[in-house]
Amino acid sequence: MTTHTGREKHLIRAYGDRRDDGIIQLSFTLPVTASEKAKEAAKLYCQKLGLTDVKVAAIERAAENYTFFVVYARSNVVLDYNEIDTPEIVIKKKSFHDLNAQIELEIARKVVVFGACTGTDTHTVGIDAILNMKGFAGDYGLERYPWFEAFNLGSQVPNADLVRRAKEKGADAILVSQVVTQRDVHKENSRAFIDETKKQGVHGKMTLLLGGPRVDHRLALELGFDAGFGPGTKPSDVANFIVHQVLQRMGKEQKGAHYEGEPT
Amino acid sequence: MSGLFITDEQIARARTLARDITDPTFELISKNTSISVERTVLRWFGVDGVGNLGAPLVNLMVDRLKAAGVLNKGAAYWYGRALRMGASSPLDAVERLTAAPLETLQPLAVDEEAKLRADVRAEAEAMVRELKDRVASREALKGEFPMGSTPHKYLIVATGNIFDDVDQARAAAQAGADVIAVIRSTAQSLLDYVPHGATTEGYGGTYATQENFRIMREALDDESRKLKRYVQLTNYSSGLCMSEIAFCAAWERLDMLLNDAMYGILFRDINMRRTFIDQYFSRRICAMAGLIINTGEDNYITTADAYDAAHTVIASQFINESFARRAGLADWQLGLGHSYEIDPHRPETLLLELSQAMLVRRCFPDAPLKYMPPTKHKETDIFFSHAYDVMADLVAVWTRQGIQLLGMMTEAMHTPLLADRYVALKSASYLHRAASGIDQEFTVREDGKIANRARFVFGKALELLEECQKDGMVAAIGRGRFGDVKREETGGKGLDGVVEKAPDYFNPFLDIMEGR
Repeated sequence: MTTHTGREKHLIRAYGDRRDDGIIQLSFTLPVTASEKAKEAAKLYCQKLGLTDVKVAAIERAAENYTFFVVYARSNVVLDYNEIDTPEIVIKKKSFHDLNAQIELEIARKVVVFGACTGTDTHTVGIDAILNMKGFAGDYGLERYPWFEAFNLGSQVPNADLVRRAKEKGADAILVSQVVTQRDVHKENSRAFIDETKKQGVHGKMTLLLGGPRVDHRLALELGFDAGFGPGTKPSDVANFIVHQVLQRMGKEQKGAHYEGEPT
Repeated sequence: MSGLFITDEQIARARTLARDITDPTFELISKNTSISVERTVLRWFGVDGVGNLGAPLVNLMVDRLKAAGVLNKGAAYWYGRALRMGASSPLDAVERLTAAPLETLQPLAVDEEAKLRADVRAEAEAMVRELKDRVASREALKGEFPMGSTPHKYLIVATGNIFDDVDQARAAAQAGADVIAVIRSTAQSLLDYVPHGATTEGYGGTYATQENFRIMREALDDESRKLKRYVQLTNYSSGLCMSEIAFCAAWERLDMLLNDAMYGILFRDINMRRTFIDQYFSRRICAMAGLIINTGEDNYITTADAYDAAHTVIASQFINESFARRAGLADWQLGLGHSYEIDPHRPETLLLELSQAMLVRRCFPDAPLKYMPPTKHKETDIFFSHAYDVMADLVAVWTRQGIQLLGMMTEAMHTPLLADRYVALKSASYLHRAASGIDQEFTVREDGKIANRARFVFGKALELLEECQKDGMVAAIGRGRFGDVKREETGGKGLDGVVEKAPDYFNPFLDIMEGR
C-alpha cells in the first residue's frame, strides 16, 4: 500500500496477544455504589469511548459511593506509523567517558551548570537525581562528570537568586525543577523564571532547562525554555543535551542538529 | 524474633551518647522562649480569631509585646496584666495591651504581682483540665471503637480544600485506612503564623488551621462510629509554628503529629536555636495530650543515598528519642521515622531493607515506629511501582511497624487518585494478613547478610553519635552529617523570634507540664 507521496504505509493497532487484535486495558472509578447497574454503566462508558468487546474484568467497591473498574476492550483505531513525524536521529548519545572526552577536546573547559527547585517548591528529588554524584537508576549525576561543574542550590530558591548566581559564575546552563503542579503553580513560577532571565540579560545566552514529572518538551518551549525533561529522564540525557547546546553556541556544531535522546 | 545483631550494652551506649548530645541544647531551651511559644500560651488561654487585616490576634499581641521589649516576662504575664486592667475577653485583652504604652507600665506591688500570677496560674490549670477532658473524650471514642490491627495503614489526602479532603478521607477510611494525614500547603512551615478558619485554597496540600483540624476530626468521628473502627487523624507541625500547631492538634483531638526535633533545621532551613526551643514546648504538649509523634528520618535518605546514609537514620532516631523523652514523651508515643528507599537496581535490596527495619525495631522495641514507602526511585510504570510498594508492605509487617504510610503506584506522577489509595489499601491488607506473625516463624541467622549489614550500620551510627558528642551537634549539622544538608547555628529563618527569658519569666503552662 502506498500514499500519494509514494511512501509505504505501516498500519498499526494496539497489540494484546495477536497482531491487530486492538486490545487495551484501562482502569477508572465511577462515583456510584458498586452494583450490577454500576458495572453496566462502566461498560456503556467504554462503549462511548468507542471501544468494543468490553469486558469489565474487576468491579471493586473502592468506598461507599465509589466503584473502581478494570476493563479490557478492543479499539478499532488504526494508525499509519509512517505518517508520524519525529526528528531524525543524527547524532548518537555519548557515554560518560566519551562525553567527558568530547568536552575536554572541543570545549576545553568545564561546562558550568546551576540547578534548583525555585519558588515555593520544596521537592528536590528531581534536581538531585540529575545533579548529585549518585545520579539515578545507575546513571551518574552531573557532579560525577569531571568536565562538568555542577551547583545544586536546593529548594525554595528565589528565581532571581538562581539567575544571579548562575550569571556570576558564567554558567552554560540553568536547570529549573518543578514538582508541585497544583493549580499550575509550576507554570506561573516557570514564567516568572524566564522573565527574570530576560531582566538579567541571560535569556538566549544560557541554555535554560525545565524538568519535572508534569513537564514535557512542548510545555517548556512554550514557556520560553530551550528544552523540557519529563519523568524517566536520565542525567546523561541532560548532560548530552547541554554539551550539544554549548557546541552549537560555539559554532562547532550545526544549529538545530538532532541527536539521540533529545527531548521531543 | 528478628534477630539480636548487637548487644544491649551497645544500644545503651548509643542512648547515653544521644543524651550527652542533647544536653547542651537544654541549657538553651531553659533560658529562652520564642514568639511561637508565647503565641501558643495565648492560644491556650483562648485567644483565637484574627484582627482587621486577617492577622491572628496572637501574632498581633506577641509582636506588640516583642516590639515593646517586654516579651521576656512571658505573654501569660501580660495577659494577666490585661485582665487586671479590666479586659472582659481575650479580644479585649489584646486591644488593651496593644493600646497601652507597655514600656511605661509600672511594676506591681509584690503582693499584687503574686496575686496576678496565682490568678493566671489558676486559669491555666483550668485550661489544662479542659484540654485533658477533650483528650479523654478522644480516648473514650477509641475505647468504644477499637482501632484496627497494626501496622496501622496511613493514607494521605491533599486536595487543598478541606471539604474535598473530607470526602477523600471518608472514602479512604471506608476502604480500610487507619490513619488519615492531611498534607499541608507547600511551604506552610515557613509561615510565622497559623492561618485562620476553614480553607479551600492550598498548593500541594491544605493549610493546617485549627478549624480545618476540627472539621476533619468531626468527619472521622462520624466515620469511626459508622465503621465501628476508630480512624486516627494526623497533621504536620514542623516549621516556625511547631508548638502552636501542636496545641491546635491537641485541642482538636488529633491522634498523631509529625514532630521532628531537627527536620525544620535540615529541610526547611529554620534556625537551629528556634527549632530546639519550639520543639521542646510542642513536645511537652504532645506528651500531655497523648499524641503519637512521627519523626522525619525518612527524609535523610531521600536527599542522601539510602544505602550510604542508613546509619544517619539510626543516629538521628536516638537523638530524636532523647529530645522526646526529655519532653516527657513515653516510648509508645515515638513514631520514629524510617523508610524503604534503597535503590531497587541494587542486588539484595529486600535483605538490606529487612536489615535496616529490623535494626530499628531492635533499637526501639517499645516505640510504634513509622515506616515510609519508596518514593525516590519510584517509576512511572505503575505496575512495577505497585510491586515495589508491596515489598515495603511485607517488610512493615515482618518488622512489626506500628504505622505504615502506604506507597502509591502513581507516586511521582500526580496526587493520588481515589482508586490509587484503594489499590494500595487492598494489597497492604493482604500482606498484613498473609504474613502476620512471620517474625515469630523465622529466625535471622546471626552470621548472615542481614545481621552483618545491621552490625555495620549500627557501628557507623555509633561513630556518628561519638562525633556529635565530641564536637557537638551544631558542628555535626554544619558538616552535613544528616541528610547531606549543612546548616549554621545562626543561619536560617526565625532566629529573630528567639527571646531570652527575664528572671521573672512566667509561663504557667510550661510549669504545669514540667510538674512545677
